[in-house]
Amino acid sequence: MPTTAPAAQGPVNGPVHGLADVTASDSTLRRLLHGLPGVDTVGLEARAASLGTRSIKTTAKAYALDLAISMVDLTTLEGADTPGKVRALGAKAVRPDPTDRTAPATAAVCVYPDMVPTAKEAVAGSGVKVASVATAFPAGRASLAVKLADVREAVTAGADEVDMVIDRGAFLAGHYMKVYDEITAVREACGTSARLKVIFETGELSTYDNIRRASWLGMLAGADFIKTSTGKVAVNATPANTLLMLEAVRDFRAQTGVQVGVKPAGGIRTAKDAIKFLVLVNETAGEDWLDNHWFRFGASSLLNDLLMQRQKLATGRYSGPDYVTVD
Amino acid sequence: MSERLSVFKTYKLYVGGKFPRSESGRVYEVTTRTSAAAAAGKGKWLANAPLSSRKDARDAVVAARKAFGGWSGATAYNRGQILYRVAEMLEGRRDQYVAEVADAEGLSKSKAAAQVDAAIDRWVWYAGWTDKIAQVVGGGNPVAGPFFNLSSPEPTGVVAVLAPQESSFLGLVSVIAPVVATGNTAVVVASEKSPLPALSLGEVLATSDLPGGVVNVLSGRTAEIATPLAAHQDVNAIDLAGADETLAKELEIAAADNLKRVLRPQPVDDVDWSATPGTDRMTAFLETKTVWHPTGALGASGSSY
Repeated sequence: MPTTAPAAQGPVNGPVHGLADVTASDSTLRRLLHGLPGVDTVGLEARAASLGTRSIKTTAKAYALDLAISMVDLTTLEGADTPGKVRALGAKAVRPDPTDRTAPATAAVCVYPDMVPTAKEAVAGSGVKVASVATAFPAGRASLAVKLADVREAVTAGADEVDMVIDRGAFLAGHYMKVYDEITAVREACGTSARLKVIFETGELSTYDNIRRASWLGMLAGADFIKTSTGKVAVNATPANTLLMLEAVRDFRAQTGVQVGVKPAGGIRTAKDAIKFLVLVNETAGEDWLDNHWFRFGASSLLNDLLMQRQKLATGRYSGPDYVTVD
Repeated sequence: MSERLSVFKTYKLYVGGKFPRSESGRVYEVTTRTSAAAAAGKGKWLANAPLSSRKDARDAVVAARKAFGGWSGATAYNRGQILYRVAEMLEGRRDQYVAEVADAEGLSKSKAAAQVDAAIDRWVWYAGWTDKIAQVVGGGNPVAGPFFNLSSPEPTGVVAVLAPQESSFLGLVSVIAPVVATGNTAVVVASEKSPLPALSLGEVLATSDLPGGVVNVLSGRTAEIATPLAAHQDVNAIDLAGADETLAKELEIAAADNLKRVLRPQPVDDVDWSATPGTDRMTAFLETKTVWHPTGALGASGSSY
């Protein structure tokens, strides 16, 4: 299902090659986003479902499991998070399976901004990144000044990645420019050191068309990653909405040459699900995205299942939850 | 008018409170076991039963593990009521089981009826034991110190049960009931040659308030299903009643890996399933937890209470 945005006109001088002037005003932005082709709901879901039927076995499965482990953003976003819990999470991210040193480390740990220093210390020297949610996560209901302060705190504390939430209220009301400005402001606050993940909370956007528009809006505003959800609402990452976002990053790169990563988050709990997502990535965006620089899983319980499957492949016997950490 | 077509029953597995087909899509033919025909290796075709794979076993373990918290946490009295309810439900479908057992084991109607009656009574017997076994194998221990010292029997967890090969219903009930009476959850591998009464039992269990996943019934080649179960790290115990000597040895070795409790098979010819069972099968899958509770300083009389 190839999709193409309306060709941009005018001089090329903006941050995003070829699409600079569309962000000149609310109306041009609206024209671009509403000019995106409508999503064929039935086709999208059928495609996502059919790609979920691939059988990945033996060596391919072993490769997929290790790849998936290396893509996990090990997440704890609870009100009850303690420094001790974050340290434990950090230790697990660095060495997910203490009984098997060949298991790769995860991509990152994802925590609230105030826990960034603790997390940073826990993963120091391991190559595991520290991601921090910001901008009044998960609701995103705060003034821009508060959101930016939130981001700066996280970046100053050493966060390598910032996961921001968009203002869904403004997006649904059609105030695209407001959302765009907010993302660019946060992008600026992140500076050059931190990569920015933009969370759309797809479960609150109601339609696939909105998800496609939000994806383009986020990418135009300079997101390094587009992310499905916070994990705090009923509907989180699904194969269909992730497929849609993968199509968006593929088309965006085709048009502008800029590669953007994708991060489904929430609701991915089993290794089987994770492998289905990897199939989606490979078949939609392509091999370039099969790397933890460009694709991540936001998850907490997924890692345990990946480790159990890995143990099963290594030993031939089914593993159990007694043999992975409780967190 | 044409003759009414008979309605064949598709026997299915019972896993997690649902009735799925085998994940593999395989089935195998189940035939009657009338003595003469069985000797020749061909009985009358009865039905196709699902031929479970190791993945069905894995799914059943997941279901059993999920059900364990609720079932072991239910009060013993409640478990007893539910087990009694199973007996009630079986009583209502007695005729169906008599026919199935007669076909499966090649018995006369009256002998099959005796088997079914004994099986129903066995549920009642174990229903009574649920809230009494703790008094028999647990209790307060006398200790030389200012402590209450209490031992209580706790369920082991997920128990893999290889049902007896010959006694397809009474034997089956005799190995399932003690496992679930004490709060364990079970993954049952039905008799390989006569799985139909076991698969039908699933229908009764599903309508007896027994939470889904407490008992899971698989049919197929015993050796094929039992091997991954014995090696499974999330299975806490295994009952080898339905394993022959070589298989039992193999499974015991596999089970040692995560220190499963193993109930060894009894010599096949000696098992009399109609005898009163005793508490052995219950205690085999119980673990004793002992708690030391401080009572404070002892008074001059030896106790401050």
